[in-house]
Amino acid sequence: MTKTPGISGLIFEEPLLWEKGQKGRHGMSIPASDVPPAEFPAELQGAGPEFPDLSEIDVVRHYTRLSQWNYGVDSGMYPLGSCTMKYNPKINEKLAATPELAAAHPMLVDDEVQGNLQIMYELQQYLAAITGLPGVSLQPAAGAHGELTGMLVFAAYHRSRNSRRTKILIPDTAHGTNPASAALCGYKPVPIKSGANGILKVQSIAEAMDEECAGIMITNPNTLGLFETNIREIADIVHAKGGLVYGDGANMNAIMGVINAARCGIDVMHLNLHKTFSTPHGGGGPGAGPICVTAELEKFLPVPSAIKDGDIYRLNFNRPESVGRVHAFHGNFSVLIRAYCYIRTMGAENLKKASQLAVLNAAYIKEQLKGTLQLAYNRPCMHECVFSDALQAEDKITTLDIAKRLIDYGYHPPTIYFPLVVHGALMIEPTETECKDDIDQFIATMKLVVQEAKEHPELLRQAPVKAKLRRLDETQAARKPCLCG
Amino acid sequence: MRYLPHTDEEIRAMLDVIGRKSLEELFCSVPDHCRYEGTMDLPEPLNEWSLTDHFSELAEAMKVTHKNKVLIGAGSYHHNIPVTLGTLMARSEFLTAYTPYQPEMAQGTLQGIYEYQTLTARLLGMDVANASMYDGASALAEALLMGLRIGKKKTKVAVSAAIHPHYREVVRTYLQPTDHEVIELPVGKDGRTDVSGLAGIEGVAAVAVQSPNFFGVIEDLTTLGRVIHEAGALFITSFTEPLAYGLCKNPGECGADIVCGEGQSFGLARSFGGAALGMFACRDQFTRNMPGRLVGETTDIEGKRGFVLTLSTREQHIRREKATSNICSNQGICTLTAAMYMASLGGSGLRELARANYDRAEYFKSQLIRKGARIVFDSPTFNEFVVEFGTDFEPIYKKLLARKIVAGLELGRFYPELAGKYLFCVTETVAREVIDAVVAEVKP
Repeated sequence: MTKTPGISGLIFEEPLLWEKGQKGRHGMSIPASDVPPAEFPAELQGAGPEFPDLSEIDVVRHYTRLSQWNYGVDSGMYPLGSCTMKYNPKINEKLAATPELAAAHPMLVDDEVQGNLQIMYELQQYLAAITGLPGVSLQPAAGAHGELTGMLVFAAYHRSRNSRRTKILIPDTAHGTNPASAALCGYKPVPIKSGANGILKVQSIAEAMDEECAGIMITNPNTLGLFETNIREIADIVHAKGGLVYGDGANMNAIMGVINAARCGIDVMHLNLHKTFSTPHGGGGPGAGPICVTAELEKFLPVPSAIKDGDIYRLNFNRPESVGRVHAFHGNFSVLIRAYCYIRTMGAENLKKASQLAVLNAAYIKEQLKGTLQLAYNRPCMHECVFSDALQAEDKITTLDIAKRLIDYGYHPPTIYFPLVVHGALMIEPTETECKDDIDQFIATMKLVVQEAKEHPELLRQAPVKAKLRRLDETQAARKPCLCG
Repeated sequence: MRYLPHTDEEIRAMLDVIGRKSLEELFCSVPDHCRYEGTMDLPEPLNEWSLTDHFSELAEAMKVTHKNKVLIGAGSYHHNIPVTLGTLMARSEFLTAYTPYQPEMAQGTLQGIYEYQTLTARLLGMDVANASMYDGASALAEALLMGLRIGKKKTKVAVSAAIHPHYREVVRTYLQPTDHEVIELPVGKDGRTDVSGLAGIEGVAAVAVQSPNFFGVIEDLTTLGRVIHEAGALFITSFTEPLAYGLCKNPGECGADIVCGEGQSFGLARSFGGAALGMFACRDQFTRNMPGRLVGETTDIEGKRGFVLTLSTREQHIRREKATSNICSNQGICTLTAAMYMASLGGSGLRELARANYDRAEYFKSQLIRKGARIVFDSPTFNEFVVEFGTDFEPIYKKLLARKIVAGLELGRFYPELAGKYLFCVTETVAREVIDAVVAEVKP
């Protein structure tokens, strides 16, 4: 049978790159040589890789079609909990591509790159103001990289006091990457159970904290979307035993201008610029995960950082107790520019308003859906709310089925099966950039799906039926891995 | 504020549903002693046009810009980037999507990453490549950690002193807290890594060498691989300039077990060093020890080909502290850009471009030698090389800078023994007249 390119007339089939092309096609011009050819040593010469040869339009159509199989924030609501899928402003993209800034080589001398150093210096100042923690390193390239850098700071701090600690406290409501980040620094995670109301009990920390523990990694608001009310008391206990407090700032979007991390007793905190500060997620990256620390810990931060020396901006390498570099250069500078643009556009009042509206949207969804889906914890929520599929058990419908049916209705599903403390979790984070009309429509759709679960459960089990592909076999992918074509 | 869509009436209506009187009341679970006192100390908001004006000022503060010819590589290279890449990557379906956890909604990202994995594996002569590393430096640190996992009881790794100095700093940062010993292997007079000392050292899990190395010298990877394997260690190769593999033997052919490096050369702007792209590949038998995200082929329930994230049992969200890495992102946009660049060049174009880079650097070297300058290392190089001038080069550097040419990188701050010597790089973006202009200034 002849294979035609269209599926619906708007969604296209598209083969893999190497299933296209003809030897000798060109997709990019190469300047003609104006120098004599030179001999390349035969013993070092290889055959070159087996890449397909494609024309420019081959490449353009290929990626245009691929892009049409994707869903982004610009396509629709993305209520993916803990990921803060807010709108990514277009002006930030344009300014990040400013040729004078984007063409800069990272090893030019300070005097040659004042504009870029000014952006770095000012962004450090802004992040310090937002968290209340004065020392900032922009090097970490992602949230997990920030966590690792934070743990390196913990290790350097303890070493400077001639102590070596082996454990770290990690609550069951912390972010998933925390244990692996701590383990890279040789810390054994000690899991801490949250209380019946979803937040940490002071008593649990008092019992677990000892002088073998480097400190605690705490996500606040936690992954249930709840504010850890006892954070200050917990921090006091940890500090009294010589430990430090790491604040995972992945949920910062709930608390800008409302909470001061330093006043909560947090010593080190990372920020996900790709969540709170509106830089695009790019299908998984690149992000940026700067860390902010107390004045006492600033001397351990990675080098270099940007400083202002009179009217001149410089890179400062003079930090003898630094943990060292964590990135080849200055972190994901192109991401830093976007976050800088966002903060300059918003200002203090709008950032605070953004957090308030993010919480308003989540609290509104929680209130409207709490009879439809089982609410995990009935407490005031912050920027996200967590439900489960407990009420759908009698219809033999799972969280996965609900998620897949939402796809048919044009929504990206919420985060599912996380946090692990809630069985069959559905974690919804609408963000502040969704308007009431769109939130109402999402709520109505969710109610419709739950209604279908009762009346036509097969619709959910078969979903999605309107995407380009139906449910994919993940077991087969893992059992017989095919990772390379 | 154009990013905040709520009207006062809507806020009121939503608060009524929740049963709160004000936005402040939503935060009733926050104790007073945790609250932010006063207002965050940030500049007043700028509208779109004022912000654009501000960026014009920042741009003007840059002394060296895209209008300069920057003859520095050292891990960040200026190559021509076809305009198609920027246009396609600006598509918001790619740019504003999340990690592809819901594969039915992310086949574009997933097929794109699968293609990137495949092209990368072919480029490097490896079986499997991931799409997850932040940059070349952290990729090398992750490769060495992976070597230690495979080496089980072995606690040492060795790295060549000809690996990018910043990469070695990152390696030290990553390995320091767990007390793993990092041995530095010396560089011979020919600019290549000297592994002769390796035989006498016990317990080395992995040895890392960069080729082309920091001095642009192409290492004899085949011989190095043999010696390293005889010493019972894994052979890791690193790179900062993947374009070299359009011309050089790939690391897989030379016996490498793990290959990692920086992919910025493939269509990414230098952008002051980031966002970058850590490329990472290995042989089949080590796949389950690999860090980072992997995309695999599968089928949907109707038997149609599709792609998903896979082998996640290695990863942090499942294995927690026993994971192969804490990484939970992929370099999405950067990997797609690199794949698009490889696809645009094709096999034929990659070879032609690699050759163009090689020829230009050889021409530059020959002209410098003609003027009496010395090429410090006489081994073959790819688009970068180290030069020693008979006289102080600093005044010439300044003179050329005034003519918008950044003439090389002085090496004293990285290698005190190479103080006063310069690392130069020329790519296809540097015309012969620019090379001739630099050479004209060199005093015999």
